[in-house]
Amino acid sequence: MKQEIIIAGFGGQGVLSMGKILAYSGLMEGKEVSWMPSYGPEQRGGTANVTVILSDDPVSSPILNTYDIAIILNQPSLDKFEDKVKPGGILIYDGYGIHGGIKRKDIDVYQVDAMDAATEMKNEKAFNMLILGGLLKVVPMVKLESVLLGLKKSLPERHHRLIPMNEAAIKRGMEIIRKR
Amino acid sequence: MAEEIKLMKGNEAIAHAAIRYGTDGYFGYPITPQSEILETLMAETPWETTGMVVLQAESEVAAINMVYGGAGCGKRVMTSSSSPGISLKLEGISYLAGAELPALIVNVMRGGPGLGTIQPSQADYFQTVKGGGHGDYRLITLAPNSVQEMADFVALGFDLAFTYSNPAMILADGIIGQMMEKVVLPPFRPRKTEEEIRQESPWAALGKPASRKPNIITSLELDPSIMEENNNRFQAKYRRVEEREVRYEEICCSDAEYLLVAFGSSARICQKAVEIARAEGIKLGLLRPITLWPFPTKALAGYAGRVKGMLSVELNAGQMLEDVRLAVNGRVKVEHFGRLGGIVFTPDEILVAFKEKIYR
Amino acid sequence: MELNEIIKPENVVYAKPGLMNDHPMHYCPGCSHGVIHKLVAEVIADMGMEEKTIGVSPVGCAVFAYNYLDIDWQEAAHGRAPAVATAVKRLNPEKMVFTYQGDGDLAAIGTAETIHAANRGENIVIVFVNNAIYGMTGGQMAPTTLEGMPTSTCPYGRMVELNGYPLKIADLLALLEGTCLVTRQSVHTAAAVRKAKRSLRKAFDNSMAGKGTSIVEFVSTCASGWKMTPEKSNDWMVEHMFPFYPLGDLKNVE
Repeated sequence: MKQEIIIAGFGGQGVLSMGKILAYSGLMEGKEVSWMPSYGPEQRGGTANVTVILSDDPVSSPILNTYDIAIILNQPSLDKFEDKVKPGGILIYDGYGIHGGIKRKDIDVYQVDAMDAATEMKNEKAFNMLILGGLLKVVPMVKLESVLLGLKKSLPERHHRLIPMNEAAIKRGMEIIRKR
Repeated sequence: MAEEIKLMKGNEAIAHAAIRYGTDGYFGYPITPQSEILETLMAETPWETTGMVVLQAESEVAAINMVYGGAGCGKRVMTSSSSPGISLKLEGISYLAGAELPALIVNVMRGGPGLGTIQPSQADYFQTVKGGGHGDYRLITLAPNSVQEMADFVALGFDLAFTYSNPAMILADGIIGQMMEKVVLPPFRPRKTEEEIRQESPWAALGKPASRKPNIITSLELDPSIMEENNNRFQAKYRRVEEREVRYEEICCSDAEYLLVAFGSSARICQKAVEIARAEGIKLGLLRPITLWPFPTKALAGYAGRVKGMLSVELNAGQMLEDVRLAVNGRVKVEHFGRLGGIVFTPDEILVAFKEKIYR
Repeated sequence: MELNEIIKPENVVYAKPGLMNDHPMHYCPGCSHGVIHKLVAEVIADMGMEEKTIGVSPVGCAVFAYNYLDIDWQEAAHGRAPAVATAVKRLNPEKMVFTYQGDGDLAAIGTAETIHAANRGENIVIVFVNNAIYGMTGGQMAPTTLEGMPTSTCPYGRMVELNGYPLKIADLLALLEGTCLVTRQSVHTAAAVRKAKRSLRKAFDNSMAGKGTSIVEFVSTCASGWKMTPEKSNDWMVEHMFPFYPLGDLKNVE
């Protein structure tokens, strides 16, 4: 098994931390993982992306040509990465961030209205976990227990009280994702 | 207890490995993309546990001279920076080499020249292995290609530095520094006591007991005949390093008809290119120099008669290329492929270049 | 009388400090360095710190200080002695650590290292020899060269419009919270030498008491660089250097 994933959006949307939690979850299941961020000023408001690879075998290149799964959280990221999804691959997007249509016909496209759901939950910070929930519903590459364990590992202890909220958001994301 | 697997950035791994190795002091100055090394060390407060000194200096220049001071006491001391900061440290590195002091320097390269970009690059190859600072000196250079090697090369770098009384460098880049991977950190080792240091490094300036002559740490010698002797001693040492310390990795090389040569992050990306090429039925291999100096000249020369072509794949305009060509000495075609200024090639781009320049 | 009859312990009126060896000094006749070296050697011995002292020598005339005092030394790159000493002291807090620097080393190329080591309050002593000229390289203008004073790189005298003002680095260092003693001394008379030694002792005591950075500036002569006889140099120093670089404590925190 190998999943090559790009997560792309605005800085501040939790792109890097979502990737980190996914990578930690893979680690909890004994997988080989790599997490390669775009770094620099992107972290502070520009576009940000992270490549996450989960694999049963050692990861060669952390930099990829194409992806099995693209998680697209804003329009510039769609423009940049739509063509780089492998044929038969998966594109997941947040309806709020995308204005232009998705042209690819040879991939499976899913929508998670995570921004709306986060607003309903009165918790904007839940946004990236709602997306993660959607991803795990479509491709259950790691178990929910592993994600919760991963959260525990990746969050500083003072934030551990937020884990139930994250769990709720992941479960909600699993409910609201729909195929286009 | 089973070994503890962690997920962290290459930069963080360096910091943790340094504490665990029993490093006595780290002196640094912030610069992207390596600031996590200093940040992690400060957050870990090792001065409360191992007694390691961590200090943010006023400049890269001050930091490398602090390293000189610590190294002159026989302590295990290190600094880290990125390309423009390393340029500033070169005076100090030359002094370390001239005074035959062991120390560890980390360069997490970014694109240049000048202030350049903060994105990854390997354009400091020449600077690192061909001199950089003034004088006929050599810098033992380790090129990690994973977070695990970032951690492991702290110990290896210090060990080589102390074995040969010479500065050593870990030459990484923004990819290896910033990416997170699994890593098994080395076990904690105690820092050396002063008694142990006096035993191990009898030249160290730690205060002169009545029983011996003063220890003087210096690179100065105004008498040219003595200075030539000193230089001959350095060169003899460098030949020993070249004889004994070459390290490299061969991937899919045994039946290879063509070879990619790449170090550090480029080697990781090349590895994927090799996987794709092999799936297409092309017998492509990868030779990854782990030590850039000493360079795996003999290993490459061995392939000169066996393969039909080599491509030196680097995030620069063709620097290691010169050493590959010197190694094969015209016996096989060697071309270069690179991206510049912080752009990182993909595996596909490497394969396209390979097919254009070598495979045809 | 035979010479050997004269050389007897009971006839000794002066002996050089035990830490000073017999290596012939390269300093010019009349140079202040020799006396300052002697004072440093005496203070280290008085404190019983011979085996625990590490000196950091500069680039400049005192580059070979390590040849004359039998202690462990590190020779720093030009201007970087305070950075070197910072690490030596931090890694060996029980040792006594000092730098020995000239005006070019300390107040031009090494200004950043000097100010930041002092501002961190490193527990080191900075021995600062200010002779207002680059002696080692043959008498070029220094940051401390007086206005109108000729040197080989300002042959018609230092011009403020061209070269800026002579730098009173000690005054600047006295402003920093990290310094505990900043004093200006000289060694041109026996009385001045005795006084300077007391300041130097205080400085070294401060460093071992963890009180912060001590700077002892020695307003000095450079007979060769100034192109004067040693005697004339002393007079010139009193007449021209002392008014601009007045002797005494700028800061002395008890």
